[in-house]
Amino acid sequence: MLLSFILIPFVTALLLLFIKNDKSANTIAIVSTLGTLVAAIAVAGNGAVDFNAPWIPVLHAQFFLHADGLAKILVLLTAISFPAIIIATSQNQPKQKNIFLSLLLFTQSGLMGVFLSGDALLFYFFWELALIPVYFLSSIWGGEKRIAVTFKFFIYTFLGSLMMLVGIVFVYMHTSDQSFLITSFAKANLTGGQQVTAFALFFIAFAIKMPIFPLHTWQPDAYEQSPTALTMVMSAVMVKMGLYGILRWLLPLFPMAFVAHINVVVILSVIGILYASFIAIRQDDIKRLIAYSSIAHIGLMNAAIFSHHQIGIQGAMIQLFSHGINVLGLWIVADIIEQQTGTRSMQQMGGLAKKQPTLAILLVGFALANIALPLTNAFVGEFLMFNSLFQYNVWVGAAAGVSIILAAIYTLNMVQKVAYGEVSTQINQMQTINKPAQIVLIVLLIIVFVTGIFPQPLFDLTADSLQQIFVK
Amino acid sequence: MNAIIVSAFLGVVMMFASWSIKGENKQKNIALFGLIFLILANLAQLNGWFVAEVDTHNMLSFTRFGLYTNTLIYCLTFIYIWINGEEISKIGNHAADFYALFFFILCGASILTSFNNLLMLFIGIEILSIPLYILTGSDKKSLFSNEAAIKYFLMGSFSTGILLLGITFIYGATGSFNLIPPDPSILNEQFMFSAGLILIFAAMNFKVSAAPFHFWTPDVYDGAPTVFTSFMATIAKSAGFIAFINIYLVQYKPFEKTWGIILPLVIISTLMVGNVTAVFQRSVKRMLTYSSIAQAGFMLFALYGTSSFANEGILLYIVVYSLASIGIFAVLIKMKENSFEAFHGLAKTHPLLAFLTTVFLCSLAGIPITGGFFAKYYMINAVLIAGAGIWLVVVAMIFASISVYYYFKLIQAMYFVPGTPAIGELDKSYTYKLAVIAILILVLGVFPNLLFNYLYF
Repeated sequence: MLLSFILIPFVTALLLLFIKNDKSANTIAIVSTLGTLVAAIAVAGNGAVDFNAPWIPVLHAQFFLHADGLAKILVLLTAISFPAIIIATSQNQPKQKNIFLSLLLFTQSGLMGVFLSGDALLFYFFWELALIPVYFLSSIWGGEKRIAVTFKFFIYTFLGSLMMLVGIVFVYMHTSDQSFLITSFAKANLTGGQQVTAFALFFIAFAIKMPIFPLHTWQPDAYEQSPTALTMVMSAVMVKMGLYGILRWLLPLFPMAFVAHINVVVILSVIGILYASFIAIRQDDIKRLIAYSSIAHIGLMNAAIFSHHQIGIQGAMIQLFSHGINVLGLWIVADIIEQQTGTRSMQQMGGLAKKQPTLAILLVGFALANIALPLTNAFVGEFLMFNSLFQYNVWVGAAAGVSIILAAIYTLNMVQKVAYGEVSTQINQMQTINKPAQIVLIVLLIIVFVTGIFPQPLFDLTADSLQQIFVK
Repeated sequence: MNAIIVSAFLGVVMMFASWSIKGENKQKNIALFGLIFLILANLAQLNGWFVAEVDTHNMLSFTRFGLYTNTLIYCLTFIYIWINGEEISKIGNHAADFYALFFFILCGASILTSFNNLLMLFIGIEILSIPLYILTGSDKKSLFSNEAAIKYFLMGSFSTGILLLGITFIYGATGSFNLIPPDPSILNEQFMFSAGLILIFAAMNFKVSAAPFHFWTPDVYDGAPTVFTSFMATIAKSAGFIAFINIYLVQYKPFEKTWGIILPLVIISTLMVGNVTAVFQRSVKRMLTYSSIAQAGFMLFALYGTSSFANEGILLYIVVYSLASIGIFAVLIKMKENSFEAFHGLAKTHPLLAFLTTVFLCSLAGIPITGGFFAKYYMINAVLIAGAGIWLVVVAMIFASISVYYYFKLIQAMYFVPGTPAIGELDKSYTYKLAVIAILILVLGVFPNLLFNYLYF
C-alpha cells in the first residue's frame, strides 16, 4: 500500500515521457495524482502502516517505509497539492508539457519517499531524488534569470544534503546493529559531543531546505523565477521537508544536542520571522510577497518546534498541513492573475472585486487564513505555537507575536491593492476564470474552514507521532 | 600468472596483426576476442587452473582481490575498446599497434595487482608507463601531443627515479626487496626506512596524479588524443591506485605513523586543486582533467581503510568512475571542439545522448541512483570507520559540492542554452553503446553489492 505512493507517480512519470499530446498528458497526470490522493485518504484512516523489503544487504540498508501520523499528514498534503496544482495550472501551456508533468510527478514520487522513509539511507536517496527534477523544471521552464538562480538553489541544497550524508554515516557507525533503520539510529550510542556533531551535520541540510534566517537567500529568487506550478510545489510541500526532517530525525535521535541548541535556533528563527515580514511589507511583486510571507511562517513553525513544548510541536505538525493549503491557495490566485494580466506588480492591479468578484472572495479567504484569523485552519496551529513560544520565553514570544501584526499589514495591504480601488487596465483585461481552477480554489477554501472549525481529526492523526517523540 | 603471460602474449600477437591482417575493424575484433580470452584465462586462475606453473619465489602473490581487480580492469578495457575502436583507428596508421600497447599496459596492471616485491612494483609501473608515453605522443602531427609526450616522459622518468630511490632506501634498511613488513621496531631505529616509505609514497602520488605531484596531468591529458586521455584517466590510473593500495594498505599499514601524516594533506590539496581549478576551465577536456585529479583525491580515502569498505569501495570507485569517464570522453570525442559552447543545444538535437551525458556527469558528481553516489559513500564510510576525523570528510564534502558546479555547467550547456551543437557524425549504435554504460552505472547506483558478490564467493 505505502509503495503505491512512490510507484503511482513514478510509473506515470515514465509513461508521460512517451505521450506527446498535451491534453492527454494532462489528463493522465490528473488521474494519476487523484489516484494517489484516494490512496492517501485511505491510508490516513488506518493505523500506522509499514512496508519492508531488503535493499542493500551488505550495508544492512532496507527499503523500509513507515507511515505514522506525521508522515500521513504530509503524505496527505502532498497528495492534495499535486492534483490541485496540475488542475489549476492546466491552462498554462509550457513547451513540452508532457516532460514538464513527468518531472513534476518524479518530484512527487521523491517527496512521498522522503516523508515515508524509515531508513536513513533511503531517506537520503529520496531527499536527493526530490531535488533533481526540480533543478531541471526550474532551469528549463523558469523566468529570465532562471539558470543562475536555480543553480544557486541547487548547490545550496546539495551542500546541505552532503553534510547530512556524512551525518548519516556517522550515526550509522555508532549503531549497535549496523543498520540505517530509524529505530536503530535512535538507539545509537552517541556521547554528548558526538550528538552535537551529528546534530550540526543534519541541521545544516534541514536549515537550508526550510530555510532558516542566514541561509534563506536562495528562496525568494527561486520562487520568483520558477514556473508557477513548481513554485507551488516548493512552497506548499518541499519546504516542509526541512521541518519534517527536524521532527522525524533530529528531535528523536539527538535529544541532548537538540536541547543544547534551543536558544540559538529559536533566536535565529525569530530574527528570520521579523526580517522576512518586514521585507514582505516592502514588496510590490505579489510572488515575492508570498515568498517572504512563507519564510516568516516556516520560521515560526521552526521556532515552535525548537521551543520544545508538546503543544508547540503539535501546533507545528498541524500547521505543516494548514500552511501548505493556504499558501497553495494564494499561489493559485496569484497565478491566475498573472496569467491573465501578464503582471506581478501590485501597483498595476486593483479593482479585482469589481471585475472578478468570485476570485476576489477566494483571495480574501486565503488572505485571512494567511493572517491566521480564528475559524481558519492556520489559527489552530498558530495559537498552539505562540502558546508554546510564550511558555518558552515571554520576550521571544512577544517578538514572534509581532509577526502576526506584520502579517496582517502585508496581507491586508495586498488584498487592498489587488481587490479594491479603481479597476486597473491590466485587471480589466481579465476574462472568465476557467472552471477547474475555480473548483480547486473552492475545495481548498473549504478545507481551510473545515479544518479551522473542526481541527480534531488533525489532532487525532498526529497524536501517535507526538507521543512517540515525547516518550523519549 | 595466467593474466600476465596471456596479456604479454596477446600484445605480441597484436603487433604481428598490424601487418598481417588488414582492416581496422578486423584488428579491433581480434583485440576484443583477445580480451575475452584474457578474462577467461584470469577467471581460470581464480578457479585454480594455470596456463603454466611458474615459481615466482614469492615475488608475486595472487590474491582473490587482485585477480578480481584484474577481471574488472579487463572488462573496463573491453568496454573502452568496444566503444572507441573506430576512433582509435583514426589516429596514426596502424591501429593494431595501439591495441598491442593496451595489452602491454594490461600486463603491467596485472603485475601491479599482484606484486609482493618492490622490484616487481618497479617493473609493473614501468611496463604500464612506457606504453602510456607512446600513446600520449601518438598523434605525431600535433605539436600538443608531442609536447605532452615529452613532458609526460620527463616527469614520469623523474618520478620513477624517486620510486627507485625509495626502494633502495627500504632495501638498505631491511635488507630485502620483499614487501613482508619488517619488525615495527625498525622504525624507531632507522630513519632510512621512513624516508624510503615517504619517497615511494611521493612517487605513487605522481602516478595517480595527486597534488602536489599533479602538475603534469592537465597538459598531458589535454595534449594527448582524447581517446587515449580517456584510457589514461581511467584504466591506467585505476591500476596505479590498486598498486598504491597494495603497498600502503596491505603491507605498510603498520607504519602509518610516517606516511599517515602526509596523507590528509595530500588528500585535501588534491581535492582543492582539482575542484577549484576545474571551476575556471573553459574547455570541457581540461575540466575533465581537473575533475580526474579531484576524483583521485576521493580515491585516496581508501588508504585510510581498516575495513572492507576501503577494499570494496576502491573497486566500486574505480569501476564507476572509469565507466562514467569513458562515457563522457566518448561523447567529447564526437564533438568538433572541446569548449562548453560546443554542447549548446545538444538536448534538442540529440536528446538521448544528452541524457546519457547527464547520467555520467551525475555519477561523477555523486548524485544518488548513480553509482557515483555509492562510490563516495563507501569512501566516507571507510574514513569514518578508520576514525580519521570527521572534519576531513566534511571538507571533502564541501569540495564535492563545488564539483557539482562544473559538472552541472555542462548539463546547463546541453539543456538550457539554445544553440546548435558542434557535433560530428554519430550513428545510432554508438549512442546505444553509451546507453549500456549508463545502464551499468544506474544498476550499480541502486545495487552496488552486485559488484562485490564475486569478490568473496
